[in-house]
Formats: sequence, C-alpha cells, structure tokens
Amino acid sequence: MTKTITDVICPFCGTLCDDVEVVVSDDGKKLLEVANACVIGTEKFLHSQSADRVTKPRLRQADGSWKDISYDEAADYTAKMLAGAKKPLMYGWSSTNCEAQSVGNEIAEIAKACCDNTAAVCHGTTLIAVQDIGLPTCTLGEVKNRADRVIFWGCNPAHAHPRHMSRYSIFPRGFFTGKGQMSRKLVVVDPRCTDTSKMADVHLQIEQGRDYELLNALRVALKGEWLPDSVAGIPAEKIREVADILKSGRFGIIFFGMGVTQSLSKNHNIDEAIALTKDLNEYTKYSIMPMRGHYNVTGSGEVFAWQFGFPYSVDLTRGFARYNPGDSSSIDLLTRGEVDAMFTIGSDPGAHFPISAVKGIAKVDSVCIDPHLTPTSGVSKLHVPVAFNGVECGGNCYRMDNVPIDCRKVVEPPEGMLTDEQFLVMVRDRLRKLKGAA
Amino acid sequence: METVTITMKNAPALYLEADTISTDAFAGKNAAQIAELPVFEGNNPSTLGKYFEISGNAGATSADTKIVVKGDVKKVKYLGFKMTAGEMVIEGSTDQYVGAWMNGGKILVKGDVAAFAATAMKGGELTIEGNAGNYLGAAYRGDWRGMSGGKILVKGNAGSDTGMYMLGGEIVINGDSEVHVMTHAEGGKVVIKGNAKSKLGGQMVEGTIIVFGSIDVMMPGYKPNGEVELEVDGTKARFAHFIGDMGERHKKKKGVVVYGNLYKKI
Repeated sequence: MTKTITDVICPFCGTLCDDVEVVVSDDGKKLLEVANACVIGTEKFLHSQSADRVTKPRLRQADGSWKDISYDEAADYTAKMLAGAKKPLMYGWSSTNCEAQSVGNEIAEIAKACCDNTAAVCHGTTLIAVQDIGLPTCTLGEVKNRADRVIFWGCNPAHAHPRHMSRYSIFPRGFFTGKGQMSRKLVVVDPRCTDTSKMADVHLQIEQGRDYELLNALRVALKGEWLPDSVAGIPAEKIREVADILKSGRFGIIFFGMGVTQSLSKNHNIDEAIALTKDLNEYTKYSIMPMRGHYNVTGSGEVFAWQFGFPYSVDLTRGFARYNPGDSSSIDLLTRGEVDAMFTIGSDPGAHFPISAVKGIAKVDSVCIDPHLTPTSGVSKLHVPVAFNGVECGGNCYRMDNVPIDCRKVVEPPEGMLTDEQFLVMVRDRLRKLKGAA
Repeated sequence: METVTITMKNAPALYLEADTISTDAFAGKNAAQIAELPVFEGNNPSTLGKYFEISGNAGATSADTKIVVKGDVKKVKYLGFKMTAGEMVIEGSTDQYVGAWMNGGKILVKGDVAAFAATAMKGGELTIEGNAGNYLGAAYRGDWRGMSGGKILVKGNAGSDTGMYMLGGEIVINGDSEVHVMTHAEGGKVVIKGNAKSKLGGQMVEGTIIVFGSIDVMMPGYKPNGEVELEVDGTKARFAHFIGDMGERHKKKKGVVVYGNLYKKI
C-alpha cells in the first residue's frame, strides 16, 4: 500500500506552492510520485530518491580524490576552519529553512564572519532600493483576488516560476477577478520574446539596459510632461498609451525579476520602479513585488534583518553588523581577495558567480553543505551532504510576498543523514569551545 | 606644521581597515603612540606599527598635522576617515573609503582610489590624480545624505554613481564618467570635462550637472530649455540647457518650481 500526502509545500522557487501531493511507500522511506507541482518542483522531490546520491561527508585529499569522513570529523573541520580564519565568508542560506539560518547566524557572530545570501546575485539590488525609498507591496492573495493590471518587468515566470501565473497572476478567478485572464490586462517589458510575453496584451520590447529610462519615461508620461520621440526604442505615443492602461486599472501589480535587478542600473531600476508604483497610487491602487528565486531566499533576508538589522551582505568582522554591498558583498569579497575561508550552504555559487569569484573560492579553505553534487561542492575542500529541506525535513520558509509557510517532511532521509540545522548545531557547539565563547 | 610619514613595511594578507590613519587620530601623538593605534585585518585586531614604519611626530592639533603615506597601500581602507583639518598625501593608489565623512583639511592621492571615496563628505578638499571608483561623494548605503560640502577634483576618470544623494559641494572630473551621476541629488554640482555615458541626473530633485563632452543617452525626464553662456573653471562656452528630472518631485521656492539643471557644451 502507498500513502498520499496532500497540501505539501514545494521547496523550489519563491512561489512556494502549497498544494502539492506526493505518494510515498508504506514505510515512508520511498517517494514514488508527485502531483500538482511544476516540472522543476517534481524533479526537486524525485531527485532526493536518486541512486547516486552522496550520503556521507567527503574530504578532498592531496591527490584530488575524496575520502569519506564522519559528520563529527566534518563538524570539527568546519569549526576549525571558521575559528582560524581572519575573514570567513558564510554564503548561501536560500535553500534551507529559517531555523538553520538562525543557527548559522549564531555561528557567524562567534566566528566574526561575513554572511550573505543568494540575494547578492539576485534581488539584493531590490533590497538596496527598498532601503532607499521603501516598498508599497501586498500578498499574492491580493493579486489573485484584486489585480486587473499585471506588469511583468524583466522576468519570465512561464519558465522561472511556472505556476505563478496559474495560481496568482494571470489565470486564477479571484473574488474581484471572476473572469480570470479576461479580467486582467497584462503588460510585459522584456527585450526578448518569451513564453510570458506571448500572452501579453502589450509587450514593450525594450532596448537592453534602458529600463531605467523607460521607467522614468512612464513617470514623466503620468505627469503629462514633455517626452522625446522615442525612449529605449519605444515610441512616445506607445509610452503614453501604456501609462493610460496602467492608471485606468482598479488594482495593479508590478512583478520584476533579474532582467532589471542584474542589468545596467541595478538598484536604480528598482528604485525608479518603486517610484513609479508610488506615482500610480495617485490614481489607483498599485503594488510592486520582486519575483524571488530560491524558495527561502526571502526567509534568509528576514532572518538576517531580524537578527542583524540588514537583509544580506552583512559584515560582522569588527564584532558589530555592517552592510555595504560593493564592500561587504560576496562577489566583491571573493574577486578582491578579501576573504580567507569560504562556507557555502544551500546554494551554488560555483554555478552562479563569475569565474573570477569561483577562482577565489578555490584559493581558500572551503566547506560546502549541500545535498546535491554541484560545481561548488566540486571546488570545495569539504562537501557535507545533508537531508533535503522541504522533502526530508520540515521548517519555516518565506514566500516571495513575505508570507511565512512551514515546509513539511514527506519522506525519511537515507539512514544516518543529518539535516542542515543538526549539522550546524554541531559546528556551533564546537566553535564555541574553540573560541571560548559563552 | 608637523609631518608624520608612514611607510608600508608588512603588507596585509587580506585588507587593512585603518580608520585611524587620519590627522585627527594622529594629533598630539608621537611616533610611538601612533604605532599603537588600532587597525583591523578582517576580525583580527592589530596596531598600525605592525604594518607601517612611522617616522615623525604629529602636531598638537589636527590642523598642525600632515601625514605622508608611502609604499603600497592598495589594500588599505578608510585613509583620512572623518578628517576635520590638516593635510594628507597618499603617494600611490589606495582602496575604498578615502576621505569618507571628511569635514575639513586636504587629501591628495597621487594614484587611483577605489569605491566610496568621500562618502557623505561635508567639507575640505580631496584631489585624486588618477581615477576614482564608484560612489564618489555619494551617500552611505541606505542614507539619504550624500556629499554636502567641500570640493573633489578627479584628474582621471570616475566610476558610476558619482554624487548619489548629493546635497552640496562640487565634484570636478577631468576625464570621463560612468553611468549614473547625481542620482536622487538635492543640491551640489558635478562638472564632467570628458564624456558621460547615460542616466545623468536620474531622479534628481535639485542640483547642477555640466558636461563638456558627449552624453551617450539622455534621460527622458530632461526637457530642453534653450541655450546659455556659462563660465566654468575659467572656460567660457555655450551650453544647451535641460531641466529635470520631470518625473521626480520638485520643491517650490518663492512660488517657483525648482528643477535640476543639466548643461551640455555645444
């Protein structure tokens, strides 16, 4: 007999779908089928069952081979590395639960480390803009029930957040949006033709790197001021037409992604987009929301901000929290050669960072805590595989709209495997002894 | 004026945070006392004397003190941090936060500086003979108060985000500038004698940008407002005048709306 578990949370993207169903074997040790999740989410669940999974910590030997070691030895190695480093960097956190993140912050404080999450290469620029001018935002439930103007700026949810459109933003029939897609006008701003832009009522195929100018032009158009004939490759009449579409709605939402956060102007793009949202609130109700990537990157920002006062790129080396991306951000620290130890958890900088920064990881002592085999685990000196959070252990996570949702355990991890939190507690206790901290 | 010369002898393996290398911290101290001033290499507390050879004693006050920094200080941050008076000469290139929060005195850098130079500068003079990094004379992260007084001269090129949230003072760049100049500014002046790229004066409430060379892409929020004759740094020329950012909020002074000004040499 098999068991079907309903209302499972999907630990893949920031949409954090909460209606997944999984079928497990009677003894709860095998995960057999996944329903309702998108293809990426399904793969995330099924990947935990793969036969080639690494189940023991492995230490790189002088000849380049790996040697299996125990979790105790791995915790000793990690604690010693952190205790001995002058400026360790603790990066990742976005694919683990808030409980583990909080233990990680205790470690960072004892080790006087720099700590950072994947926002550094994703929506960190959004957080800079939010600190600069604030954020008028809402929950995804409000979007589903109220939004009749939906703008996707520099993002492609059809591929990156596959169920976002069906659950919240385009298709669902909500309380005030009873006709589903028919009750919404969709504007997509993207230099490329994507599967999202194909569904749009208006697709502004903007020149690359000119988002700041187009956002500015929309603000100018709202004020009825002079505009040049064309901005970012879009004619002025079109910009005025879109400004009219935006302000004629009852409730509008701007979703934006890495197309604006990591292209030319970065935080300024978001700054201007938030200012546009504020301007639109002169006419009707508008909100803006980042399309967060990892399922708990938002939670990592929450935990950092709750415990250190800043949402990412926190530098604790002087014993108090400082924050200045450009100085305290991971890629800058690695490419400038500012750190002497690298601790990675729940993320894959080896695949996402520029090669110059990855070379920086290879040069220093490094530990990678990740259930998967990744480019980061490949470049690290110690790889500690752990249980899949959201599949083999539960814990708190935050959806992209800052709503906390508890992930669920649906299947047992392979025998003897620890969770992120359990391993981090071992490291914390050892580090306390080494540093003589209370 | 007394001169203290500090020469790098043991370069740090990582980067050195030396916010104590300023005329204010040195004032009233002899060479031995200066060598005991605290610095940080990562989380490791240390003293200035471990990294630098120090010769000469400081004057009684910061105004009577001159610091000459010699050797390779490319990995030293915070030189001239919160300086209020006196002089500092850095003989080569240096790292981030040169003259950050400086309030008076003079700093001369004979090489390049990295990002965040003159962060939230309030007064004094900073001269950079080489190139400047990003965020020159800008606000600290999350602050809305950038450079509010003093003068910066960059003889080379400047990076992006020069004068972000600027409130007053003057920045002159003899070379070219990267993107984003005076974003969110509410006062002050930036002169670019070379070429500028794009995003000049975005979200600017008030302030002046003068460009002698080309501008790759104008912000759409800048409206043409005729031509004017200006004298800038002794050079008289005709400039096209633009006002903006028309998308941004603007204050009224004596019943008249005040805009930011952008001048481009014709």
